[in-house]
Amino acid sequence: MIRRRHVLTCGLALPFVAKAQAAAKVVVVGGGFGGATAARFLHRNGVGVTLLEPNDTFVACPFSNAVISGERSLDAQRFGYAAVRAEGVTVVHAAAISVDAIGKTVTASDGTKLPYDRLILSPGIDIIWGGLEGYDEAAAARMPHAWKAGEQTLLLRRQLEAMPDGGLVVMSVPPNPYRCPPGPYERASLIAWYLKTHKPRSKILVLDAKDVFSKQKLFQNAWQQLYPGLLEWVSLSDGGKVVRVDPATLTFETEFGSHKADVGIVVPPQRAGAIAATAGVADRSGWCPIDPVTLESRLVPGIHVLGDAAIAGAMPKSAFAANAQAKVCADAVSALLRGDKPQDPRLINTCYSVAAPDYGFSVAGVYRPVNGVLTDIEGAGGISPLDAPDTQRVQEARYGDRWFQTITAEVFG
Amino acid sequence: MTGRAGIALVMILAAAAPAPPGASSCSGCHGAGAPIAGHDAKEMTESLIAYRSGARPSTVMGRIAKGFSEPELDAIAAWWAARK
Repeated sequence: MIRRRHVLTCGLALPFVAKAQAAAKVVVVGGGFGGATAARFLHRNGVGVTLLEPNDTFVACPFSNAVISGERSLDAQRFGYAAVRAEGVTVVHAAAISVDAIGKTVTASDGTKLPYDRLILSPGIDIIWGGLEGYDEAAAARMPHAWKAGEQTLLLRRQLEAMPDGGLVVMSVPPNPYRCPPGPYERASLIAWYLKTHKPRSKILVLDAKDVFSKQKLFQNAWQQLYPGLLEWVSLSDGGKVVRVDPATLTFETEFGSHKADVGIVVPPQRAGAIAATAGVADRSGWCPIDPVTLESRLVPGIHVLGDAAIAGAMPKSAFAANAQAKVCADAVSALLRGDKPQDPRLINTCYSVAAPDYGFSVAGVYRPVNGVLTDIEGAGGISPLDAPDTQRVQEARYGDRWFQTITAEVFG
Repeated sequence: MTGRAGIALVMILAAAAPAPPGASSCSGCHGAGAPIAGHDAKEMTESLIAYRSGARPSTVMGRIAKGFSEPELDAIAAWWAARK
């Protein structure tokens, strides 16, 4: 809940003096691809920035599917904040626990109250425990989600390694929206790759609450070519929607029957990170409506929301999108702080997936505000060609590797 | 924003010319340094226009360049050319 009382007690006397003497101050909550980028770009614009992030180390989700399939170390996914701090951003390793949008302060878990002129929330996602019947925090220790990279990623890796040849992997996929739209299908592909090369009598079954998904034709072509009989996708129309899981028996129940897994993976229903609801910027969907020019909340003035937590129109919940939004938001907030009108932005998203280590493809989009919503620019963007030669799949897999190196260098390096 | 600090802040903020629409997204793949920062503007515009028409083959750049008009591509190239 937003605390309104503070404005009465200290809103008149203290901040007037303090703010007149200090430069404009922005607090950024969340040190992922969105938040860390926003903090650094604001600092470069001459704005005083404090970044609130509870963890010392960020574990990146993009490419973590390759940790699950055993081709990559989790260490390659870890990034610290030394460079962000060295650049001049004040990094505080604490969580934001409440926001006073009237008095313009954030209270951190270490008890400090941080004043702000503008607040940027980039809190990522939270899992809705119980959003799928049977799937609570305890269940995640048996049936990993691995949708926040870290221990969960390693747990799933260990389970796959321990599974005997001939085993059945089952993964349930939720309806939209969720973090990383093509992520479940890349994961299914790379698990199939692992099974094909190490446990070829095994199988992965994908139970989906949707009939269509990101890069669908590209994935399905790859599956047909690489994993016939090994990877089976069951759409919503074919009864793929999981209605309940039982972690004790690793069972997935659909409306039509049940599947007992040897390794069970649940991509769970999600919403914006908890601070979004606490600050009052999440709507009934659990996500945050924003202005497409400034990324300022439609619900609470002075608070901007970006990345996975935001309802960003046609832009997907991807690391690239969060990074692009952060840079636009940093320029918009800088303009607002100096009393200028933020410019009408264009944003780009590029997202690579692999169906096997040397089989990559991409989706891209270019977006602009139309009637208050970030909208696809017609004629631009789209997916890699379906008839591309193998050489292009190899090339795009390598471009994906390089993208990860480049973007993590921009955000954390 | 009032007082001397406010004026100083305005000066700092004004010194950094904001990226033209679309330009800040480029570094997501290309990074903020070479090869795009400091690259010849005219050459960059020509490449982007060739990507957009398909005259120069690409995996993803053609799809992205199609989202921009020639003046927009010009502005993006000029801004990156002026970067260090």
